[in-house]
Amino acid sequence: MQLGFYIPAAIAIISSILVITRSNAVHALLYLIVSLFSVAVIFFTLGSPFAAALEIIIYAGAIMVLFIFAVMLLNLGQEAQAEEKRLLNFKIWIGPGILSLILLIQLFAILTPGFSGFSGFSGQVISPKEVGISLFHKYLLGVELSGMLLMSGIVGAYYLGEKKKRSRHRFFQGESS
Amino acid sequence: MLNLLWLVPVLPFFSFLILALFGKKFPIKASAVLGAGSIGLSALLTLIIGIGFISNPPENFRFVQTFWTWFNVAGLNPSISFYLDPLSIVFIFVITFVGFLIHLYSIEFMYEEEGFSRFFAYMNLFVGSMLTLVLADNLLLLYLGWEGVGLCSFLLIGFWYKDPANGAAAQKAFIVTRIGDTAMAIGLFLLVANLGTLNINEILTKAPAVWPQSSGMATAAALLLLGGALGKSAQLPLQTWLPDAMAGPSPVSALIHAATMVTAGVYLIARTNALFILAPQVQMLIAIIGAATLLVAGFSALAQHDIKRVLAYSTISQIGYMFLALGVGAFSAAIFHFMIHAFFKALLFLAAGAVILSLHHEHNIFKMGGIKNKMPLIYWTFLIGSASLASLPLITAGFYSKDMILWFAWSSPKGSAWLWAAGLFGAFITAIYTFRLIFITFFGTQKTEIGHTPGKLIKVPLVILAVLSLIGGFIELPGTLGNLPLFSGFVEKVLPSAPVHGENILQEGIFQAIAAITALLGFYIAYLLYLRRTPSEGKNLLQKFFYSGWGFDWLYERIFVRPIIFLAKINKNDFIDLIYTGIAAGIGLFHGLLIKTQTGKLRWYAMGIAAGAVITLTIIVFL
Amino acid sequence: MNQVTLETSLALAGILFTTGLIGVMVRRNIIFMLMSIEIMLNASGLAFVAAGSKWMQADGQVMFIFILTMAAAEVSVGLALILKIYARFKTLDADQLNKMKG
Repeated sequence: MQLGFYIPAAIAIISSILVITRSNAVHALLYLIVSLFSVAVIFFTLGSPFAAALEIIIYAGAIMVLFIFAVMLLNLGQEAQAEEKRLLNFKIWIGPGILSLILLIQLFAILTPGFSGFSGFSGQVISPKEVGISLFHKYLLGVELSGMLLMSGIVGAYYLGEKKKRSRHRFFQGESS
Repeated sequence: MLNLLWLVPVLPFFSFLILALFGKKFPIKASAVLGAGSIGLSALLTLIIGIGFISNPPENFRFVQTFWTWFNVAGLNPSISFYLDPLSIVFIFVITFVGFLIHLYSIEFMYEEEGFSRFFAYMNLFVGSMLTLVLADNLLLLYLGWEGVGLCSFLLIGFWYKDPANGAAAQKAFIVTRIGDTAMAIGLFLLVANLGTLNINEILTKAPAVWPQSSGMATAAALLLLGGALGKSAQLPLQTWLPDAMAGPSPVSALIHAATMVTAGVYLIARTNALFILAPQVQMLIAIIGAATLLVAGFSALAQHDIKRVLAYSTISQIGYMFLALGVGAFSAAIFHFMIHAFFKALLFLAAGAVILSLHHEHNIFKMGGIKNKMPLIYWTFLIGSASLASLPLITAGFYSKDMILWFAWSSPKGSAWLWAAGLFGAFITAIYTFRLIFITFFGTQKTEIGHTPGKLIKVPLVILAVLSLIGGFIELPGTLGNLPLFSGFVEKVLPSAPVHGENILQEGIFQAIAAITALLGFYIAYLLYLRRTPSEGKNLLQKFFYSGWGFDWLYERIFVRPIIFLAKINKNDFIDLIYTGIAAGIGLFHGLLIKTQTGKLRWYAMGIAAGAVITLTIIVFL
Repeated sequence: MNQVTLETSLALAGILFTTGLIGVMVRRNIIFMLMSIEIMLNASGLAFVAAGSKWMQADGQVMFIFILTMAAAEVSVGLALILKIYARFKTLDADQLNKMKG
């Protein structure tokens, strides 16, 4: 029946949980990519192929790869991993776990049918063409704004990532720019 | 003639003003002339007024000179007016005359002191206030003078202010008399509330009409006025300030604490006699207090080392005699003793001051001795004064006055044998301590060298007062010795006469003989104890007890002073302030708590957001 | 398909969201916190798309595009910052970066 939904759903949940419990950063990132893939499959099931494609291309393909590059640049090494393992004891999970559980229960409670009266779904597909039309008609302003946002992101990332070659007295050599 | 009455108190006030404002710039001689001269003028005026009054008495033996109405509120309108009658004439005579002699003496005594004009300014203010007190027509003006003399007493006791001990003694005097003053003020309020007036004559006529005999209100008013008198006159239980007041210069002790201010209480009671007659229990209380005080002070004087403290306790004791007389209804006897006491006590203090000055400010009698032949005039005047104090029979004025009191203590319907016995025993003790003082100070081996020899300005007042101490008594000869009641005849125009049991001359004669023998016996015992053997300071327990004035200071320290200081200390940070500091501290606490939430840790903030989301959702959706 | 109701999708989104939230609160390493934030963003995107699909409108996917854009910008700037932090403090522990406390 809705295996197309429930299996990716399960995979998404499991891999998300695995993301937050790994001690190795690259492993966690790879699990995150798995989670993103499964969510893309769910998008397909929901009849939104464009969103699914975007998810894979941009989210998993660009953003996560960027993440992996940055982690590799950091060159964390074995001792960082050991440190992570050490810091991740059981006690830490209790507080956040309880809080989030309560939140989840509340969310579920909101979603029960008696509450707001949602019901079924039609299975129709929303094609990319419709998305495009909507994007450049109704939400044109939003597109422009996100353009500007990306611009600022680029500028910021460029500036912050720059390695300035400044002359410092050898006394201050310990600090990096 | 009588219209010059207003000048008598105003001259000293005027001189006070000039000395206070410009005294620093005057040369010493000018301050002296102004200071002593104003009192001298007042004395002269008093003499003239007195002669005019006696030879040509005004109607009813009263004369009132009104200036203006002080205020007029709700029917109460005291006025600034001076009231002359035989009682006030006696007082102003003593005040101005003895005051003048003391001022002359002070010119030489205080000659080298800095603050010379300040001294005379205070003394003149004092004389002015005292004259206002006795000349006042109403109790409010009397209270003004009362407070004025209290102020001057404070200023003069602490005259050498650079030594903090003097300041402490002045404070003690002021505070203890304040207690009495407060009682007196409440008494005045009572009188105003019930009788509607503070005019003395009106009170004396209204009170018997408004209050029945021994009514509660009369007793209360009389008791409160008595409280004021006890404070000013240093009687039990407010007598602790007078021995310490000897920290002031000797002329101050002579004028204020022997002759005038301490007798203000006697004056008050004599003036408002009708009130006390209305409240016989209070009058009995006066007699008992007088008797008890004279004994307590007498014993204390036996053990003192300081020459002035002996005389101070002696003053307390003699005023006890005056109170005893007032208590048994012998008002004229009390006033007579007041006058004679003023003479010989002022003489004793001035002579003691001369001794102290000559021996380089040495006060301890055990460090004196053997100066009898070196300072003959002072010795003889001191001896005459002491003889009068001890009431040596027949030749001294003190004999007549004290004997009159003792006789009335026995014979008056309000008197009793116990009171008479107390007075007699007191006379015995008086003789002992007086001659103890003479023998230790003037006889024996000399221990301190003589420095300054006294000049004319010291010697002349001493001589005059000595003469008065001898002959002053002859204006009131009792029935057994000539029956010349000049003084009491004069004074009893305005004071109730003392009722006497029976005019039994023989009985009176016997009692006089007993009194005379007692005085001589005291002299003999003193001779045995202090002249035959060498006196020592003596430190056994009984002597220590008497030395400390029967431990009153110790008692008051523990009962009153320490608790009040304790309360003041725990309230040092005003407990009302605690409310404000408490609020501030509470806010500070809250701030501390809030700071803890700013940990700077990202995860903590994320937790905060999550918790906030949970709470908000709960409230919005589920509640 | 009919039984894949909106509620189910939203429930899934909720679960993913809370998982990300737990990750942010628990992990001390900044990189992992960023990752968890990505999970949360993804979950909210899922919610949007599901809602759009229910109402047969393209708006859900449009919102999803915007979220994606924003995530991209945020990740690039964030990673640049992380590189800077590592260079300066030599540690990626978020708890060490608490100079703003008090």
